Amino acid sequence: MNLLSQPVGLSHYLVVGAVLFVAGVACMATKRNALGVLLGIELVLNGANVNFVAFSSSWLRSDSQFAMGLEGHLVALFVIVLAAAEAAVALAITLNFYNNHATIDVDRADELQG
Amino acid sequence: MEPINWHTFFFLLFSLVACAFAVAVLISTNIVRMAFYLTLSLGATSGLFFLAGADFVGAMQLLIYVGGTLVLLIFGVMLTAQGPFISMKTAGGEWVLATIVGGALLALLLQTAFSVNDWHGPAAATPSHFGAREASSDPLTQPFTPATETASVRTASVTRGAKPAGEPSPWSEEAPRTATRLGMGLLGARVDLLEQHDDTLRHGMSGYLLPFEIVSVHLLVVLVGAAYLARAKRRARN
Repeated sequence: MNLLSQPVGLSHYLVVGAVLFVAGVACMATKRNALGVLLGIELVLNGANVNFVAFSSSWLRSDSQFAMGLEGHLVALFVIVLAAAEAAVALAITLNFYNNHATIDVDRADELQG
Repeated sequence: MEPINWHTFFFLLFSLVACAFAVAVLISTNIVRMAFYLTLSLGATSGLFFLAGADFVGAMQLLIYVGGTLVLLIFGVMLTAQGPFISMKTAGGEWVLATIVGGALLALLLQTAFSVNDWHGPAAATPSHFGAREASSDPLTQPFTPATETASVRTASVTRGAKPAGEPSPWSEEAPRTATRLGMGLLGARVDLLEQHDDTLRHGMSGYLLPFEIVSVHLLVVLVGAAYLARAKRRARN
């Protein structure tokens, strides 16, 4: 009960953002499925968004003059839009690769290997 | 027995769901399950946005990210999840390397998150910039409450904005209304910073019209590019 009565501060939001980011980075690094890599990219962008929104919250920042305010929300919106655009292009590339090589394993994409 | 802080309860609920399903995406080998776990994780992230006061961004996360981008990824998963491609395992050595690098990065980020004393708890006092907005006479920057419809907006705002000094409860403020301010900011008018007295900071108060146009052109280019990449190619007849 003691845990539930403590108010939540900015650090806790940053921890959530950090966990999402690191999970996304590890996903990008270890997945053999090309779509798994894309899911990792989405996790990374969401970790960054959590950070932006947390810093721009007027309920979590005590230094009022330099609180990020609306800038954080706007940057988060732009990140969401750009993530959607990048997911569309990455998916088009992935499906093209799948149609040409009959596999979606990134380990098999080695024709340009020197 | 202390009363439950419901904001903390919901924060813990959403953050545990988000982090647990993000780690589940990392651990799982089935691509279909990974896509579904990611959907749940991003839905919980939207709840976190609402808890932090970002109502418009939280709604956009659900609409665009979960309802658009993830559906697109699930389409891709459905098109390519054939037989041997549903579950692909990674070699053990790569997991060791990923754990080392990921663990080091996570430790660094956690240590940074808890390093600033100001970030440990909620805002120490009622944020003065938020209170300054409430005491302003501009109807655009005031929170709307139906109870003040009979009285004039100016008098109601002045009495509401005069909070007793030292009352440390930022959670008792009215619901955030960011949609109008975001919309006007995207058109170039920063209606959320109307009482900026510092000249230096006033020079940095720019609207976001140019980034808005750039993103619009970017989306058009991406649409054309993705449609070209995904075109039906003519098969060679032999």
